[in-house]
Amino acid sequence: MSAQIPFFTTLFAVAAVFFLWSCYLRFSLVLLGKPDDRFSNFSRRFANMLLYAFGQKRVVTRSYPFGLNHSVFFWCFLILLIANTEFLLHGLFPGYISLSHLPEGLYFALALVFDIVSFVALLAVVIALSRRWFYPPEYIDARSVDAFVILGLVATLMLAFFGMHGSEIALGSEGAAAFMPVSNFVGSFILAGAPVNMLVAMVTVFFWIHAVTLLLFLDYLPYSKHMHILTAIPNCFFRSIEKINTQLPEEFKKGNSYGVGQVDQFRWKDLFDSMSCTECGRCSDNCPATLTGKALNPRLLIHDIKMNLLHNGKLLKSGRAPDLPLIGGLKEGSIADDVLWACTTCGACMEVCPVFIEHVPKIVYMRRHQVEMKAKFPEELLTLFDNMENRSNPWGIIPAERGRWTSETVAPLFEKDKTEFLFFVGCAGAFDTRNKRNTLAITRILDKGGVSWGALGKDEQCCGDSLRRLGNEFVFAQMAKQNVKAFKDMGVRKVITQCPHCYNTLKNDYRQFGGELEVLHYTELALQLVESGKLAFKNKAELGKVVFHDSCYLGRYNSIYKTPRELIELATGHSPLEMERAFERSFCCGAGGGRMWMEESAGNRVNLERVKEALKRQPDTICVCCPYCVTMMEDGLMDLKVSDQVKVLELSEIIETALK
Amino acid sequence: MLIITCIKQVPDTTQVKIDAVTGTLIREGVPSIINPFDAHALEESLRLKDEYGFKVVAISMGPPSAEMTLRRALALGADDVILLSDRAFGGADTLATSMLLSEAIKRLSVHEEIAMVICGKQTIDGDTAQVGPGIATRLKYTQLTSVDRIENIDIQSRRITVRCKFEGRYEILESSLPAMIAVLREINRPRYPTVPMRMMSQEAVIKTWDNKIMRLNENTVGLKGSATAVKRIFSPDRAMGQILGGDEISNPDDAARMLIDKLVSKNLLSLQ
Repeated sequence: MSAQIPFFTTLFAVAAVFFLWSCYLRFSLVLLGKPDDRFSNFSRRFANMLLYAFGQKRVVTRSYPFGLNHSVFFWCFLILLIANTEFLLHGLFPGYISLSHLPEGLYFALALVFDIVSFVALLAVVIALSRRWFYPPEYIDARSVDAFVILGLVATLMLAFFGMHGSEIALGSEGAAAFMPVSNFVGSFILAGAPVNMLVAMVTVFFWIHAVTLLLFLDYLPYSKHMHILTAIPNCFFRSIEKINTQLPEEFKKGNSYGVGQVDQFRWKDLFDSMSCTECGRCSDNCPATLTGKALNPRLLIHDIKMNLLHNGKLLKSGRAPDLPLIGGLKEGSIADDVLWACTTCGACMEVCPVFIEHVPKIVYMRRHQVEMKAKFPEELLTLFDNMENRSNPWGIIPAERGRWTSETVAPLFEKDKTEFLFFVGCAGAFDTRNKRNTLAITRILDKGGVSWGALGKDEQCCGDSLRRLGNEFVFAQMAKQNVKAFKDMGVRKVITQCPHCYNTLKNDYRQFGGELEVLHYTELALQLVESGKLAFKNKAELGKVVFHDSCYLGRYNSIYKTPRELIELATGHSPLEMERAFERSFCCGAGGGRMWMEESAGNRVNLERVKEALKRQPDTICVCCPYCVTMMEDGLMDLKVSDQVKVLELSEIIETALK
Repeated sequence: MLIITCIKQVPDTTQVKIDAVTGTLIREGVPSIINPFDAHALEESLRLKDEYGFKVVAISMGPPSAEMTLRRALALGADDVILLSDRAFGGADTLATSMLLSEAIKRLSVHEEIAMVICGKQTIDGDTAQVGPGIATRLKYTQLTSVDRIENIDIQSRRITVRCKFEGRYEILESSLPAMIAVLREINRPRYPTVPMRMMSQEAVIKTWDNKIMRLNENTVGLKGSATAVKRIFSPDRAMGQILGGDEISNPDDAARMLIDKLVSKNLLSLQ
């Protein structure tokens, strides 16, 4: 083989330089992004990386059985990385580096492991190929050339491995033959009796097939979705370590640009995300917009960001203007306006992404650009924006009406230094006739539990959730600052909210504006009251079969899943029925992200999709925990003409019934 | 060429209540907004600016706090704004207001030719619809009122064609320029300001013309120059509203049927 060394060295050098150059070209594009602190909290990040990248926690899930096949690939790949490093080094320095130089025990053990792992990898390729060929899942581009090229390369590598070692075993030149069952089978059975010079030639041929395939694989990586082999592990390390991935605030200063309208206005992590996408399709498979036929497909959105970066990267690096627009174009690499406005910010995509790509903030940042720099948005939002700015509620109802819950009931007011909890009623709870029922139910729960509480009445302002998700950060920031100041002036420290959107905004978003509040969702407080014996359920609410619908902003955004279920059980005597999609995988009602205030003309309606899913459990009551969900589910039942058979109740109403 | 657009800051009238005892408006704590009709006038001016390249100047008469409205105009794209503000201008009726506005427009016309003055049809606080026509009369401009569409402008021959919407009919009118155009709310959908424009408008110095600049006879402006005076404001007595069905009816079909029956019985609706 020594005659081949210079040739191998040259081949290796060319391939390695090409690979490194390709990586440099790609990763230097990531550096076009704006700064983002993703290094703090090293130990937590490291633990995340172990769990999610090496543990493949989100790859292997009940809903994605083929995820197991991927984790087999992943681990085979890691193990064979050692084997292939040895292969390359041995090729370069055959006299110096070889497994056979290791102590015998270790050598044999590694030989055994590599042999078996190679076979397992080959099986995994067969499974993956069969699946893509015979049962292609709908949510991905299952039969892409890219996928077949990579699977083909992996299969070739493994076959060459067995071919080479089998030939060596047949020649009797492999010392670890007894520890290589698969290669031994090839060498002792398939190649038994083959002429020696043919075997010698086969060793060389398979060596070269293996070498060339390995180097091709290496060089192909940066140009395919298999780039994730390089980026996925660090992407898990760099993930947002806050569970709640809200959006970062803007700095409103003269000369600044707001939101993202050009690919280099993203933060570097956003660009790294686009390079980490494996195109596995879990996001789009769970996206309420994609599943109801809207323009948005989160997988393609991330793909378009990557394509835009690749297209414009060179221009941007040399300080020139990009020639492919990020927003509004129709070509690949450009994101259409209606894609951005279809998102309900439900977070289902981010919850399932195995490599922690952050889809929702990207969408919000692009919305910000459209709203703040272009003033270009669906026209029904104009009224919403004006109502929010002029009257601090989405409907534009006179603020003086806010404290009037019914013709007889006026909100009791929060008194500085006297009242313990501020009940932040929220716009829906204060103005919407249907949702005022929940407000009153909550006040009765609080009174029964002996809680010291008060509301702000007509002085309460909207929390601004819809504005923030819709990208109107400028007005949101004004409202957030006003609210935080008002809370401070009033001496408010503890807040109870009804609406999960208020809850999330006050608890998580306002921290960016100096709001340090102890925020409780009323369900959390109610359960505390029960546990401390201050609240007792005297009766059982007779509501028949109750199915529970998780609100995105309570569940996925704030990990409150158990509390409402426990309360339902306490109040009705039965744990609720669960829909197919529940807990972390719950399906949005369709109203989040400002979608509540927009028309839904494309495709099917999200709320109908969800109501139909609930009806599969044949419930008598659909229990929800959010005023938006109340509206959306009730509308859905009415559209399906079953509103006289199935009722929608806010959890507070159920609790109230059991307290009577 | 200039387009002058007249805008007024008004109290958000849906939030205004009348003090039953004194019979005056309770304006305390009521937020001020740009008169909705004027928002459409401004929008139309800006659209004509985008299409024909006019320069848009927004003018407003009011207290110093009215500059908020003018900042909004700047944020939306007005090239210049002027606030007419002086104690002497206070208490003006439509006569005195149109007098002051037309004098201000005359001052502007010294430097640059005026193509048109665009006003909202009326304000939501006064509801007179007189100021626009008043300006037109004083400036001897053609007045085109209740305009819901600008059909065409021929700058060369200084002609404009508009569509006016009246009860049961449209009129297409052609006129020479300059003209005063009073627009309806249907004419357009106002735009939304971008953040950089908002920030620019917040820092802008608002040009204020007081009577030292205007040099008008104090008897022709403000309260003294007004021909009318408000004697009393009151809400007419109204019969109490009635809630039909209430919580007993959950089905919208039944609710609609009940309402229809009620309307038919009162001869307010006829079923054929």
